[in-house]
Amino acid sequence: MNIVVCIKQVPDAESVKWDHKTGTLIRDGVKSVINPFDYHAIEAALTLKDVLGAKVTAITMGPPQAQEAIREAMSMGVDDGVVVSDRAFAGADTLATTYTLSKAIERLGDVDAVFCGKQAIDGDTAQVGPGLAVRLGFPCVTYAAGMDVLEGGKGLRIKRMSEQGYDMVEVEFPVVVTVLSLLNVPRVPSLKNKMRAKKAEIPMWSASDIGADPSRIGLAGSPTKVHSTYIPKFEAKREFLEGEPDKQVELLVERLKEAGLL
Amino acid sequence: MLKIDIEKCIGCGECEEVCSFGAITVEDEKAKVDPGLCTLCGTCVDTCPEGALEIEAEEKEAKDLSKWKGVWVVSETRADGFAPVTFELLGKARELGDRLSVDVTALLLGSGVKEMAQELIQRGADRVIVVDHPELSDFVDEAYSKIVAHLAEKERPEIIIAGATARGRAFVPQVATMLETGLTADCTGLEIEEDSRNLLQTRPAFGGNLMATIICDDRRPQMATVRPHVLKAMEPDKERDGEIIDFEPSPELLKHRVRVVESVVEEVEGPGLTEADIIVTAGRGLEQKENLHLVEDLAKCLDAGVGATRAITDAGWISSSHQIGQTGATVAPKLYIACGVSGAIQHLVGMQGSEIIVAINKDKDAPIFDVATYAIVADVKDILPALIKKVCKERGIDV
Ligand SMILES: Cc1cc2nc3c(=O)[nH]c(=O)nc-3n(C[C@H](O)[C@H](O)[C@H](O)COP(=O)(O)OP(=O)(O)OC[C@H]3O[C@@H](n4cnc5c(N)ncnc54)[C@H](O)[C@@H]3O)c2cc1C
Ligand SMILES: Nc1ncnc2c1ncn2[C@@H]1O[C@H](COP(=O)(O)O)[C@@H](O)[C@H]1O
Repeated sequence: MNIVVCIKQVPDAESVKWDHKTGTLIRDGVKSVINPFDYHAIEAALTLKDVLGAKVTAITMGPPQAQEAIREAMSMGVDDGVVVSDRAFAGADTLATTYTLSKAIERLGDVDAVFCGKQAIDGDTAQVGPGLAVRLGFPCVTYAAGMDVLEGGKGLRIKRMSEQGYDMVEVEFPVVVTVLSLLNVPRVPSLKNKMRAKKAEIPMWSASDIGADPSRIGLAGSPTKVHSTYIPKFEAKREFLEGEPDKQVELLVERLKEAGLL
Repeated sequence: MLKIDIEKCIGCGECEEVCSFGAITVEDEKAKVDPGLCTLCGTCVDTCPEGALEIEAEEKEAKDLSKWKGVWVVSETRADGFAPVTFELLGKARELGDRLSVDVTALLLGSGVKEMAQELIQRGADRVIVVDHPELSDFVDEAYSKIVAHLAEKERPEIIIAGATARGRAFVPQVATMLETGLTADCTGLEIEEDSRNLLQTRPAFGGNLMATIICDDRRPQMATVRPHVLKAMEPDKERDGEIIDFEPSPELLKHRVRVVESVVEEVEGPGLTEADIIVTAGRGLEQKENLHLVEDLAKCLDAGVGATRAITDAGWISSSHQIGQTGATVAPKLYIACGVSGAIQHLVGMQGSEIIVAINKDKDAPIFDVATYAIVADVKDILPALIKKVCKERGIDV
């Protein structure tokens, strides 16, 4: 059995600071980390491996430094990893990203399950998983909050969350699953895996390595474009409601009434 | 690629200053771009006083986009009627349709849903395409996607919008991929650029620190999912006329591989989080689980949803489905009341879009106060009981 887990390197929210006066990113010390949801995707893949036995490959499209993300995944127990990296991938939106990832996954050979995070915290689109499923011709189960293996190991039973509650669904392999952080607790890297990850050669695949059509990758393959950006103004109309608690409550209720909220 | 004409560049640094991504640096009086960081947003191009910057796009053959006409709304049904976002989308679609002088079409998929079609017309649709089939009684996203993609290929709408709900965000990306077109997730604003008929789709990026307007200018349809709560629904107009069209899907379109074996509606007190007008959130400042009822009681009198920080979902005080923030739900209610919440960045990114933020914290330097509209420096255990009493009195509820 072959399992793929898609991971993305994102700026660490804690190290990203914004200067709201000038509206710019303060660039000192911005660190890259694995997208938080993707740890849960890695754990899901490893759990499945523990039950059914499988080879787990982590894949990421990004700059060469994204190797670090692969090494971290390997230190958790992922067997192998690939960085799909090429200048030509720059500016990819989700349509171009799913195309690129699907070409890379096809190069890996027969794949039975692909795990993605629910969304990447830098873009928050949550589109790559479902889009990738269409590219690969696999069914997709989104928002997994629970998962176990069907009798005979032919597929998965998944708890799929929504605003209203949840669905229990069953699906046979192959499948793409996007996972919530509710699903599991990611395991801690072991010393042995850390050593292995440190030494591993991580292959780097370019656009031509995966046989990608140049018109479908990067900026050229991305129908959506950023037209303009602006920094929302956090109005400094903050008001401290002073006084004893009763007074503070009274002031607050007044404000809420003025705003038509009570 | 962002190209910088070194001859023209005077090293003034304007581009470095406006770049939100830190992709440009001026070295030796010349601007330099780091393509790894550059998102090709174009802000610097507009700012450069010397016209030294340019985004080089590959020339694409001009496609005939004029064949695509009309605005479509994908409706979403639930056990008790339509998801509120459906009417909000229709209100906006009506406005877009009028500006573009085209019809608004609503898609209604499900089982036993046909009699609901009239309601979509009352809320702004000119036409409703009904796909009523027993196979569609569960949310089978694969079939939903194929049907919507099939209809779009046949009828060629220029715009398709859907709710950024769990369902919308699951199947609409599949539709966009089948149609090989652009999709903008989780928009908070939609406008039309009239001469080009491009849809200007505004959405938050970097956890709301940056707002980006996205266009899809050389493919159709233009697709977007829109956050519940941000658009205004029209009042129902019983006089409105419209056309109801039945579509019988082929067995091929109905085929799907994910079986729903059970569908559970969970008893959530008050409205679901992402759709609530008011949210009261509990943080570790409540000190112990026994005090959680203060937040729940306040939520009850306000008819609000109950939110939680990860600190208390991790502690097991309340189920993780209440968690708000980077690894929980993103919300933007009219009123957000944070009780004993420190305001860690991972929490803020999930709620800073709220209209009015009230923060109650005993530490006057807590970061939550940086985003608060009304700041109360006090012990939550003192404030909440008094607040509950007063709110209930205002609203005529017995405590
Ligand atoms: C990858 C990652 C993802 C994360 N995702 C999320 C997420 O999605 N959502 C989330 O919420 N967090 C998330 N976190 C955790 C986040 O960093 C914070 O730890 C968490 O939000 C803190 O919760 P808190 O405000 O309840 O607790 P604390 O930070 O402990 O704050 C408690 C606050 O209560 C105040 N207080 C104490 N006693 C009282 C009292 N009697 N009256 C009034 N005020 C009082 C204190 O002054 C303090 O400010 C994430 C962290 C990581 C690393
Ligand atoms: N560049 C990428 N490389 C690998 N996986 C990705 C990439 N972008 C997104 N993903 C996967 O898709 C999920 C959803 O991302 P998004 O649709 O961008 O919010 C992430 O959690 C990852 O699992």
